[in-house]
Amino acid sequence: MKNKYDVLVIGGGPAGALAARTAVEKGLSALLVEKRPAIGAPVRCAEGLGKEALAEFMEPDERWISAEMTGAGIVAPDGFEMRLESAMAGSKVGYILDRKVFDRDLVWQAADAGAEISVKTRASAPILEDGVVKGARLEYCGQVSHVKADVVIAADGVESKFARWCGIDTTVPMREIMSGMQYVMTDIDIDPHATIFYLGNEIAPEGYLWVFPKGERAANVGIGISGKKSGEGHRAKDYLNRFVKKTFPDGKTIECIVGGVSVCRPLECTVGDGLVLVGDAARVVDPLTGGGIYNSMFTGRLAANVAADCIAKGDLTKSALMAYDKSWRESRMGKTIERNYLIKEYLIKLPDEKLNAIIHSVSKMNLKEFSTISLIKEIIRVNPKLLVELGVLAASLR
Amino acid sequence: MKARANIFSEMLNVRRDICGYCGCCVSVCPEGALELIDAYLSVEQNCTSCGICAKVCPLGALEVVHEK
Repeated sequence: MKNKYDVLVIGGGPAGALAARTAVEKGLSALLVEKRPAIGAPVRCAEGLGKEALAEFMEPDERWISAEMTGAGIVAPDGFEMRLESAMAGSKVGYILDRKVFDRDLVWQAADAGAEISVKTRASAPILEDGVVKGARLEYCGQVSHVKADVVIAADGVESKFARWCGIDTTVPMREIMSGMQYVMTDIDIDPHATIFYLGNEIAPEGYLWVFPKGERAANVGIGISGKKSGEGHRAKDYLNRFVKKTFPDGKTIECIVGGVSVCRPLECTVGDGLVLVGDAARVVDPLTGGGIYNSMFTGRLAANVAADCIAKGDLTKSALMAYDKSWRESRMGKTIERNYLIKEYLIKLPDEKLNAIIHSVSKMNLKEFSTISLIKEIIRVNPKLLVELGVLAASLR
Repeated sequence: MKARANIFSEMLNVRRDICGYCGCCVSVCPEGALELIDAYLSVEQNCTSCGICAKVCPLGALEVVHEK
């Protein structure tokens, strides 16, 4: 480890890995630090990723594809299941990844491209000079070092601290944290090629429960509920256990993980002097689905590209780095987040009876484009009155 | 900012046998009093016992201990 890099990346998830790889591909020197001893573990994710989304970054690799999806199901609060199939029968629309291998591969790619990697290494404080971020204090097995960098990219996830230490308030509102838990289960009867979403206030208040296949008879069975709805006796754990006991009484649980997913709007500003925030640390999770893999990779790559431009120009001020903030907000990802935030805010207020009615109204759908928005558009086509209720959103949904 | 764990804390009790070290609590703490250091949740002195972390914890690993 040197004492100065062009770019210092904090966090070895998909956002950090893409940032580090892109930085070195742009000819910069980069160090990626990961506080955990292993990349990719423990997993904090349901592991779903759309086919198109993955294609923007790389070819699928069987080493980290657990299962291929050709459809999805949405189960109404009353138990009625609506099916979504690709317009082209049997064609795959997405994947369930094996994040332990996927994340490791991404960091491996960054290392192969020339980035330095340091695991079990924690950034414990920023190096600040006149309020400008100039690097970080790093700790590795009791050894402290001060590493300087022109730009620090904070990719430290939902539990991000680095930005806060630099004066940016990253607090997620209680009602907008999804309190989550997931089992990897085997020996269960599932559709091995469809992701199933269970909705309803009894099942998962202001969130959803998912069954995402990991093989012929295995799946990620997990849940996210609003932090506002969580409490003693009615936590994510309680809801998930109730569902599993009823639905998969003979299943075997081979892994149990917990986690938090932010479903708030992204941070008001995702840059500072010498600092760029990416992925979950920037709160750029899709607020409707809770999905964050694509958004992390997208912002990680973009951050490194903007950092390279700014380093070339010799201007690492917040106003120069704002090009990153502006760019993701104007991107399709940024617009999708804003629109899906509004849809989420509408949906979580719906009583179960209304959700039942909507889901019953469209029992089978064939979607040309497999995305949340095409689903919402189809629902609105069948229930035109919803457009009025969706108010400000209506124009963008026609 | 300091890594030092607040071992004298009478505000927030971390049930380490229950904690799944996921960091959900860290994200909602309005004071920035929590930090997840790998698999260890540290609590700083500036914890105000607001209880938000205890509420959102997926496992129920946090307890607010009221001062006597």
